[in-house]
Amino acid sequence: MQAITTTNLTKRFESLTAVDRVSFEVMQGEIFGLLGPNGAGKTTIIKMLSTLMAPTEGDAAVWGFSIGSARDDVRRSIGMVFQDPAVDDSLTGWENLDFHARMYGMKKDLRTARISEVLALVGLEDKAGLLLKKYSGGMKRRLEIARGLMHYPRVLFLDEPTLGLDPQTRHHIWEYIKMLNQKEHVTVILTTHYMEEADSLCSRIGIIDHGKILVIDTPEALKNAMGNDILTIKAENLEHLMSELAAEPWVQEVKRYDDRLLVSARLGEEKIPVAVETARRIGTVIQAISMRKPTLEDVFLHYTGKTIRDEEDAEGEVPRGRMRKRRGPH
Amino acid sequence: MKQWFNIQVIYALWLREMKRYLRARSRIFGSLGMPFFFLLFLGTGFKNFRPESMPAHIDYLNFLAPGMLAVVLQFGSMFTGMAILWDRQFGFLKEIMVAPVSRVAIVLGRTLGGVTTALLQGFLFIAVALFAGLKLSGFAGFLLTPLFMIFIAGSFVNLGLAIASMMRDMQGFSIVMNFIMVPLLLLSGAMFPIEQFPVWVQWLSYVNPLFYGVDGLRYSLIGMSKFPPFFDAAVLFLFCSGMVGLGAFLFSRSDVD
Repeated sequence: MQAITTTNLTKRFESLTAVDRVSFEVMQGEIFGLLGPNGAGKTTIIKMLSTLMAPTEGDAAVWGFSIGSARDDVRRSIGMVFQDPAVDDSLTGWENLDFHARMYGMKKDLRTARISEVLALVGLEDKAGLLLKKYSGGMKRRLEIARGLMHYPRVLFLDEPTLGLDPQTRHHIWEYIKMLNQKEHVTVILTTHYMEEADSLCSRIGIIDHGKILVIDTPEALKNAMGNDILTIKAENLEHLMSELAAEPWVQEVKRYDDRLLVSARLGEEKIPVAVETARRIGTVIQAISMRKPTLEDVFLHYTGKTIRDEEDAEGEVPRGRMRKRRGPH
Repeated sequence: MKQWFNIQVIYALWLREMKRYLRARSRIFGSLGMPFFFLLFLGTGFKNFRPESMPAHIDYLNFLAPGMLAVVLQFGSMFTGMAILWDRQFGFLKEIMVAPVSRVAIVLGRTLGGVTTALLQGFLFIAVALFAGLKLSGFAGFLLTPLFMIFIAGSFVNLGLAIASMMRDMQGFSIVMNFIMVPLLLLSGAMFPIEQFPVWVQWLSYVNPLFYGVDGLRYSLIGMSKFPPFFDAAVLFLFCSGMVGLGAFLFSRSDVD
C-alpha cells in the first residue's frame, strides 16, 4: 500500500520551475528520503504534500487523500517537522505540545497521556516545564519531532531534520527517527542534503536535482549500480590517460572530475598496478592513486555530473529557509 | 469552510496569547508609559486650556484621560499584527497553518487574544489614571466602558491582522500602522475638542470611527459626550464588524512564509 503517490507534481514560480513533473510513490512503513542540494525543490515538494502550498500542475495523494480536494484529511494524517524551528520560544515544552494537541482537537485525557508518551519517546520528560528559549538546538528538534507525532499521524514529514546540528546530536536524531518508525508504525518522508543521513536512515532514496527526480532506489542498489570499486587517479596528462583507460576492457566507466579521474572497476586493488602501467606506457606520471567502495556521493555524481557540494557552491546563496539574524523575546 | 467556529482552537490560541502576555512584563508596563506620561504632563501643562466646547466642570486631565485610554487600546491592539509577523518570521505560523483548522477560527482566536490583552492594558491604564486624578462620573456609565473598549480593540486588532497579512517586515508594518493610526487619533478628539478644527476638518472627524470610540469612552468615564452612547456604540459595532471581516478575508488568503 502507498502512503504517498504523486503524479506529475509541478510548481512554477514566475520564471523558475522549482518542481518539474515529479512522480513517485512512498510505501507504508518506509523511511523515504529525498536527497539533493539546497534549491533542488525538496522543500517545495514537502510544502505541496503538506497542503501549505498548492501545486501549479499535477496532483498527489497522502494516505489516500488528495492534497487539492481533501486538505483537512491530509492535514489530520500528517505530522510535520519543518526545516526551521517552528516552536513558540516563550512557552514551555509541555505547553507547545498542549497547544498542538488542542489545535488537533484532542480531548484532555488523551492529550495529557500522549504528551507524556511522546516526551518519553524523545527523552525530554525532565525538560517539559522548561521554556523553549532555554532549549538547545538538538532539544528543540527532538521536541518538534515529538510534536509531529502528537496526533498519531500516519505520515511524518521531516524537512532537513538534522540541519545545523552537531554530528553527535545528528546521530542521536537518526536513532530516534528509526525507533519512531518502528514503534509508532509511522511512515517517514524526509529531505536531506547529507549523503550519510540518506545512506544510514532511508529504506529508499530519490535523488533530486533542479526540480526533477533522477532515480529512486535503495541506497545499496544505487551504490551497487555504480560498479564495484572506484579508483581515484591524479596524474599529469589526464586527457590522454582518460582516453587510454576508457579503452581498457577492465574499466567499467571513467569520468573526469576536476584534476582527477574516477575509474570504476571490479577488484579495484588489483587494478592499481595495471593503471600505473597504463600511465607509464603513454609516458605520463601518476601523482596519486586511491581505491574505495562507491558512496552515495558517487551515485549523485553519476546522475547529476556534479557533486552535491559543487551544486551548492554554484547555486550560491540559495535561500535555505530564512536566515535568522534576530532571535528572542517578543 | 466547515467548523469555522471551533471553540477548542479559539481557546488554544487565546490561551497562548495570554501566557505570552503575562510573561512579557516589559510589554505590560512599557506600553503604559507613553500614554501615562502624556496624561500626566499634558494634563498639567494644559491645565488652563479651556475651549468653549469643554464643559466648565471638567478639567483638561479628565478630558484627556478617555482619549489616552483610546490610545492605549489602539496601540495595544497593534501587538496582534506584530505577533503574526513574529510568528511568520520564527516559523510558528506554519505550525498553526498546517493544522486541520479553518482560517476563520484562527482569526477569531487571535482577535479574542488581542482584544483581551488590549482590555487588560486599558484597565491598567484606568487604574493609573485614577491615581493621576481622573474622576469617574458614575458607576452606571463605567459599566459601559468595556463595551467601547472591546469595539475599539476589536477594530484595531483586525486592522493589524489585515495589514500584517499583506506585509513581510516589521518596520514596514509599524510605518503603515502609524500612518493610519496617527491621523485617526488626531482627528478623534482624544486630545482636544474637534470644534477647534475648521468645519471641513470636523467632517473628517465625523467619518473617523475612532471619534465615536473616544466619544463613547468619554461618556462612560466622565459623563460627557457629543452623541448618545448608543449611537456611538452602533457606529463602532459596524466598523468593528467590517474590520473583522477584512482581517479574516486577508488573513485566509495570506501566504505562510
